[in-house]
Amino acid sequence: MSDLKLELKEKIIEQLNLEDVAVEEIADTDPLFGEGLGLDSIDALELIVMLDKDYGIKLADPKEGRKIFESIDTMAGYIAEHRSR
Amino acid sequence: MKKSVYINSVGSVSAQKTFDNSEFLEEITDYEATELKVVSPNYKAYIPPAAARRMAKGIKMSTVSSQTALKEAGLENIDAIIVGTGLGCLDDSSKFVSDIIKNEEQFLTPTRFIQSSHNTVAGQIALGLGCKGYNFTYVNSAVSFESSLLDAQLQLENDEATHILVGGVDEMVEHHVRTHQLIDHFKNQPVTMKTLLSSKTEGAVMSEGSHFFVLSNEKQDSTYAELLGLEIYNELAQEQLPDQVRSFLKYHDHSIEDIDLVVLGNNGDINFDGYYQVLSAGLFANTPQAYFKHLSGEFDTASAFAFWLSSKIIKTASVPDIVKLNALHSSAKTVLIYNQYRGKNHSLVLLKKC
Repeated sequence: MSDLKLELKEKIIEQLNLEDVAVEEIADTDPLFGEGLGLDSIDALELIVMLDKDYGIKLADPKEGRKIFESIDTMAGYIAEHRSR
Repeated sequence: MKKSVYINSVGSVSAQKTFDNSEFLEEITDYEATELKVVSPNYKAYIPPAAARRMAKGIKMSTVSSQTALKEAGLENIDAIIVGTGLGCLDDSSKFVSDIIKNEEQFLTPTRFIQSSHNTVAGQIALGLGCKGYNFTYVNSAVSFESSLLDAQLQLENDEATHILVGGVDEMVEHHVRTHQLIDHFKNQPVTMKTLLSSKTEGAVMSEGSHFFVLSNEKQDSTYAELLGLEIYNELAQEQLPDQVRSFLKYHDHSIEDIDLVVLGNNGDINFDGYYQVLSAGLFANTPQAYFKHLSGEFDTASAFAFWLSSKIIKTASVPDIVKLNALHSSAKTVLIYNQYRGKNHSLVLLKKC
């Protein structure tokens, strides 16, 4: 799981162009949106595409994203449970 | 009655250190290359990191040059934003298309799509300013910038707007350079600033840049020059050029003798510099001459660099030695810019001290 969390942090930094953020600056429980990492709705779309492309997870209901993308912890938990690749 | 059109401020990011508006070509960047990248300002000083992370290079350059122009004009907002670009934010367009192929038309992410449209720059500037006015982007190859200028000129002359932000932007992308080198549109052998015009080879030195100006029908302390007129010609044979120039000047009540400086877009392409030689050795043989593409490189909106250069020359009443094409002294009050690319998309722009 810790490998997956590290992988997610690296992917988020790379795909969302968070040039000034280092992996170690993102805590597993930090909120990804709002006050935490400050991601926005376009980032949410990027993350949905990332789940599909890299882990074979299709989110049928975008509202699910709210809970899944709360933090690295919640993302990693959901991916570990639902991944097909 | 038509109102006059003034250039009230300028902003530039180019292959030279032009982003600092307090200087005028004091630091020259020489090269031995086939392509030139811009001398980048510290973008972080202009753009919040959260916004910058999703910005293509063309948007970053334009944010800086448009902010510079607005600041100099003393404006916080503007009536209209008009941008010319030959290729838009080409890098993201290229990545977006590559992703389509790589991912077999699946998993397309929104950011590159948003960035890849040509009107992204004008849109992002408007979003940054909260400008809900006229917002238009012209994509007309080597006269994209002039098309924007023409739109602004007409609006200002007819008093449909008072202050308009007008710009030209193009970014350089590796793939574009390589493909155009294959067809000899860009040089394959490196040249230097001094050897560009004598290279006797095909193609130009590819580059990039962003130039913005506040055009207004109200003169103010910061005013650089008056835009007297401009004309665009999609097709023009070399032998037609002298008559077109005479006719253009006559329309604006000027003659060849009235021109204090002619600024020419020679880019060292042996196949097409003949157009400029028709003027430099003919009509304007006894007129002070300047050139600029040894400094700016070639790109679809390179003529915006000439517009920036000419504005600066008129305001400072000085022609930097580095741009002089002949040894004649210029009082730099009335300047004519002539540009074309590969024998098409010609433009004439007439500026005057005011």
